[in-house]
Amino acid sequence: MAVLKVLVIDDEPGIRSGVSRILNNFHVTYPFMDEDYNFEVTEAATGEEGISILERDMPDILLLDNKLPGIQGVEVLEYIRNRKYDIVVAMITSYASLDIAVRATRDGAIDFIPKPFTPQELKSSIENITKQQYLKRITHKMNQEGKKIRYQFLSVLSHELKAPLNALEGYLRMMQEKQAGDMVDDYATPIERSLQRIQGMRNLIMDLLDLTKIQLEVKEGKIREVNLAEVASAAITTVQPYAIQMDVTINLDVRSDVVIMADPGDIEIIFNNLVSNAVKYNKMGGKAEIVIDNSDSEAIIIISDTGIGITKNDVENLFTEFVRIKNEKTRNISGSGLGLSIVRKVIELYHGTINVESTPDVGTTFTIRLPKKPINIT
Amino acid sequence: MKKSDYTILIADDDPDYLFQTVFNLERAGYKTMAVESQAEAEAVIAKSRPDLAIFDLMMESDDSGFILCYKMKRKYPEVPVILATAVSHETGLSFSIDSEQEKSWIRADRYLEKGIRAEQLDQEIMKLLKL
Repeated sequence: MAVLKVLVIDDEPGIRSGVSRILNNFHVTYPFMDEDYNFEVTEAATGEEGISILERDMPDILLLDNKLPGIQGVEVLEYIRNRKYDIVVAMITSYASLDIAVRATRDGAIDFIPKPFTPQELKSSIENITKQQYLKRITHKMNQEGKKIRYQFLSVLSHELKAPLNALEGYLRMMQEKQAGDMVDDYATPIERSLQRIQGMRNLIMDLLDLTKIQLEVKEGKIREVNLAEVASAAITTVQPYAIQMDVTINLDVRSDVVIMADPGDIEIIFNNLVSNAVKYNKMGGKAEIVIDNSDSEAIIIISDTGIGITKNDVENLFTEFVRIKNEKTRNISGSGLGLSIVRKVIELYHGTINVESTPDVGTTFTIRLPKKPINIT
Repeated sequence: MKKSDYTILIADDDPDYLFQTVFNLERAGYKTMAVESQAEAEAVIAKSRPDLAIFDLMMESDDSGFILCYKMKRKYPEVPVILATAVSHETGLSFSIDSEQEKSWIRADRYLEKGIRAEQLDQEIMKLLKL
């Protein structure tokens, strides 16, 4: 049970005691709220008295009469606005003159309660205000959490970017000081490893660029017809050199020629990441299969491999940024830890879904469903 | 005792950092034992007593290094431990373990920024081993 503090500023004692009586026995509950709200009412007969209570008690809700004996309601509003108090104000007005209403709204009042009001009228206004306060608090909380996630993201990112630089620096110093011998051949491993780390860093930068791109949301102008089979073929061509090294056969099974409305770049991100994973995390001589199919409303993409698989525990973290499944089998596979989190973000952007089924040492299957109809572009 | 009488355990999931550290320490004259994960390091600690350990902070989990320091100190309180990481500034982990208060919860003897020179690392180790 949460309590919202209500301050009523009105020079009519009947109004004040009426508000107290009605709200002290009232509580607000909505299905989406995690707790009920109760009210604690404080009364003030003048604007001056009200301001001193404002400063002392920091109420959440203010019910404010405009016509007061000393300073007027709009002046109290101005006071609140100047001090940036976090409070929701509803004006109690006997006759809502347009002029006052406009000024009050401009100064931050969000509701008008006509005087005289019935208990029901007061209750429904308070209900609305409570809902707004609740949403405001939740938003604030989510923003805080968002900041925390960004902070974590940045610290992990800087780790991922600095690690390869440290590795390169170490190898270069080794060579500079001729620590392993005088011949270039003495440094074959450091040179090979340096090149690999540079490639890893390049991949990370490319993935980061993808990530910033999709976070800008789908651009209306870039939406066009995209043939999934064509994008799949292009992705296969890209990954082919690597597949040859791994002796992995990639098969494309187009059961239906599916065309969806999307930004082609986004669909390429999905295929490139998943097809290259199907090769990268495969066994020597393994198979990768891409199936393109559709239902009435959805395009269906199934990408499966005969690779190392993922355990149940690891599946849970699979789509988290910078999470790479670290074990004996993945040790020598390079990756930024961003690919699948990017894939999921893109799919969510199109209101689609991605599912994964995997058995360790047998293989992994990703199933993606994307709506065929144009999405509402934000 | 000479440097070659000391065995140093190094745990780091970055194969290149591991390779370089081992290379530098062996050049300096120490014996080394290299592992690539917290789990492997724990297995080594359970079986044998190194003379000094260098742990990377972030391996399987973000605090692998801390956990290893703790387990190491519980089993071999007298063996010096160095905690190494590439991120200090960005994570706010810019602690040095000089004050008594910090020593009480970070159970490492030295905290080192990754990427320090080989000679510097050797000097820190010599100080810890009282060579």
